[in-house]
Amino acid sequence: METGIAISFWILAAVMVASALAVVWLRDIFRAALFLVLCFFSVAGVFVILGADFLAAAQVLIYVGAIAVLIIFAIMLTRETQRGSPSGRFRFIAFLVGLLFLVTVTLVVVSTDWHAITEIPAEPTTSSLAQALFSGESGFVLPFEIAAVLLLAAIIGAIVLVRER
Amino acid sequence: MNLYLLAPEISLCGLAIVVILLDLVLKRKGILAVVSVAGLIVPGAFTLALWGREETTFAGMLAIDQFSLFFNLFFLVMAALVILSSVDYVSKFRAFQGEYYALVLLSAAGMMLMASTRELISIYVALELVAISLYALTGFLKDPKSSEAGMKYLLLGAVASAVLLYGMAMVFGLTGTTHLEEIAQAIPGGGLLANPALLLGIVLLVAGFGFKIATVPFQMWVPDVYEGAPTPITAYLSVASKAAGFAVILRVFYEALGAVSLDWGIIFAILAAITMTLGNVVAIAQTNIKRMLAYSTIAQAGYLMMGLAAVSALGSSALLFFLGAYALTNLGAFIAIIAISNKIDSDLIGDYSGMARRAPLLALALAFCLISLIGIPPTAGFMAKIYIFNAAVQYDLTWLVIIAVVNTAISAYYYLRVVKVMYLEAPPSEEAVPSSASLRAALSFCCLGVLLLGVYPWALLRITQAAVDIFFP
Repeated sequence: METGIAISFWILAAVMVASALAVVWLRDIFRAALFLVLCFFSVAGVFVILGADFLAAAQVLIYVGAIAVLIIFAIMLTRETQRGSPSGRFRFIAFLVGLLFLVTVTLVVVSTDWHAITEIPAEPTTSSLAQALFSGESGFVLPFEIAAVLLLAAIIGAIVLVRER
Repeated sequence: MNLYLLAPEISLCGLAIVVILLDLVLKRKGILAVVSVAGLIVPGAFTLALWGREETTFAGMLAIDQFSLFFNLFFLVMAALVILSSVDYVSKFRAFQGEYYALVLLSAAGMMLMASTRELISIYVALELVAISLYALTGFLKDPKSSEAGMKYLLLGAVASAVLLYGMAMVFGLTGTTHLEEIAQAIPGGGLLANPALLLGIVLLVAGFGFKIATVPFQMWVPDVYEGAPTPITAYLSVASKAAGFAVILRVFYEALGAVSLDWGIIFAILAAITMTLGNVVAIAQTNIKRMLAYSTIAQAGYLMMGLAAVSALGSSALLFFLGAYALTNLGAFIAIIAISNKIDSDLIGDYSGMARRAPLLALALAFCLISLIGIPPTAGFMAKIYIFNAAVQYDLTWLVIIAVVNTAISAYYYLRVVKVMYLEAPPSEEAVPSSASLRAALSFCCLGVLLLGVYPWALLRITQAAVDIFFP
């Protein structure tokens, strides 16, 4: 069981990194979007391995479903996508900075003693997530409410920005 | 949970919805601005009714104390002044006037929440509430410049949010909690060098919040966004958004990371020196007054960060005082610019020639605000600089004060150049520059405030000292 999880993690991780690189490197923006969907899918897979069933389902529904469809629609409704994404003048420097950041984060993550739990939660996480969000004494009610106002602001902003001049 | 403690924010969001609904039924859109400004009295009254209380609610996520109440009042006054100065601008739109005011009000609610939450997830969501409203407001005009500004702001803001979340994830991973006070207890000993994850987390937090306050090296969005955005929104960005960034930095760094304050103090000291120097030097070369003021606000962020570098009650109360003085001064300058560019339809400094003859009062007000930005008595800017320099000296940051004084001298050059153009050069025409009643009201409020803080700073100073007391028990 343990080795099975380890093997599937490494497969998922390899797919995730490879598809993320493809998103950045591919010139064809439509293919990049499809690889983004693959990347989202492998993140959902990692959630499954970690026993976070609700997060995995939400990841598939929201990212793989809604957001991917939205991105692809946006690309198809945009003119002049054939030209692809232009190559930036700072590609080399950006690559160096990204590499530096990668090395730093890797060193930090490896050298730190994290507050990690070692056992996978046995029961479905949906009800405990609901408890954490909405329970009166310790729940995250405040950020939930602010998020509601945030969505209102986002909807108003979107309507304003797509109006006819 | 005690919902009454959240009454200022709830009533402010309610006001935003009322304004949108009124926009649907009202024929005379001018009333919307009146409702928005008059409605701000309600959250203001709730804030004053809460004054002096020190409580938390929502499982400790929302804190009502002198600090959050000070910022509540601060953002309400800023929102009122920005709405007053937007009236002329907004009346040019055919539709969506109510949405403009509603977005200003919603972002003010988000800023108030940024100053009063003490939990990382709430802080992040409140910050996004502010940011999303401001992205839409920046691109509100839908002309190429405004759209470009909105797009740049959105993209860079999204990157900054990602960096901020990365930092929060580091802190959460190390401490296992998102509550600021529990983070403070869970921080392992040994300083930053023994905890690379905490160091990386702090650097990423500084970067994420640094975008909000526009410090070097996260300042590159400022000139383009400030130039393209509707001018009242530029003013709003330069004072309120920046103040919200400083409020959340003070809250997070003192409440959660106070144990390692020596280490982040020096980060802010170095950033302050670079930020003020870059802002001032680049401002000299600007010919567009909005771009000049954009670089000037970067420089002012450098002075403000001296209050973060001086990790003491004196430093943070001086920072709050500087924020108050700077906000009134900068808003005053922007309101004068709104009034002038309404008429002459240009933001070039050269086109301001002879403005003292065409609009004597506007030119006087603009000159007064620019003098306050330099820090010459009898203005609020002078008092603010005295206090913040004093705090830095007390904290043994004399080198930083010397750099700041040199920078002040540099800044006098480009601020006074505008005054010279307005007073000494001949006007292209003698036509008067009129201004509306709401602009005049907002401008006189700012100028009187700047003068009052310049000659009698004690009242605000007492409030700011009480506000930062919570960080230094």
